Amino acid sequence: MTEHPRVSYAYAVTRGLDPADVPAVGGVAGTGVHRVAEDDLAVVVSTVPEGDFDEAALRSRLNSMDSLERLARAHHEVIDAVAVRSVVLPLRLATVYRNDDRVRSLLREERERFGAALDRVDGHAEWGVKVYADPDATPSPGVRVSGGPTGSAGAGGGAAGSGSGRDYLRRRREERHSRDEIWRNAAELAARADAELAALADEVRVHRPQNRQLSGAPGENVLNAAYLVPVERTTDFTAVARGLAGSLPGTRLELTGPWAPYSFTVPARAAETLEAGR
Amino acid sequence: MRPAVVEAGTGAPVVGGDGAAAADRTAVAGREVALVDLLDRLLAGGVVVTGDLTLTIADVDLVHISLRALISSVRGEETLAW
Repeated sequence: MTEHPRVSYAYAVTRGLDPADVPAVGGVAGTGVHRVAEDDLAVVVSTVPEGDFDEAALRSRLNSMDSLERLARAHHEVIDAVAVRSVVLPLRLATVYRNDDRVRSLLREERERFGAALDRVDGHAEWGVKVYADPDATPSPGVRVSGGPTGSAGAGGGAAGSGSGRDYLRRRREERHSRDEIWRNAAELAARADAELAALADEVRVHRPQNRQLSGAPGENVLNAAYLVPVERTTDFTAVARGLAGSLPGTRLELTGPWAPYSFTVPARAAETLEAGR
Repeated sequence: MRPAVVEAGTGAPVVGGDGAAAADRTAVAGREVALVDLLDRLLAGGVVVTGDLTLTIADVDLVHISLRALISSVRGEETLAW
């Protein structure tokens, strides 16, 4: 044991990453990254101070927003940089081993599972699609909801007669109507996206809809999905997504990507069955 | 008025089976990835293997404590039941 023990922080499993082409990025501790290889597989690793990455340290890091964000972005930066060079299988955030030998034995123990997963994602990228119900996303003034002072419904009629129960009820009815319509549209867009985009993807994963307070994104997230798309279908996929995006008032579609295949490191149940049946 | 489609690049990775040709795309930095999108992937995705130093941090724990960090940073003291 040296005075400052070091451990191995693992980012991702790769295949075919040229040793001379390991990206020059700082990684989670700013110490750079290297490749730990075993046969044709390699894990991209940083040597980091144990005191900063043992369980207690990690726990407190993950509990603080700032350090969680720093860790997540540094982890992602490495994976992103590797993903443009070779096929990559991201590891879960905060996977730490005693040393590089332990990483090598991981590669030996899991070589079949890793090999199969790399085969599945090779030549693919992950795309994220989020659908929102968002009254402000529409160019049509008729579907604005919970309008407040800018609502088209209330503006004209009874400036002085704001106390009129009938006006109030009419306004409420119109608001409810447009709100219903926006939800219907958002549900329809989500269903269309699910059908048309999934047809171009090899696999789909649905994430939990994002909380508005966490994302800061306007509107209500009704679909948060990830698609594993073969590179040759990238153009088709993004074109279909863009086409869907403008199709229904009161909705918004966000496309993110290409991502390393974070959401597809484990085969889908269906895909698993399919594979087993071959 | 917001556009009906918003796109955010991650600055990176599409690699074909043929690999290396894509290397020169590295430098293309996209707009910064939203942290929530990243955490969707980093905390729920990725291969789970048993590391040496994180043995007792179960998946759920990891997601849970991170979400707690997220939420407390956004909302102050409030916590989210889920």
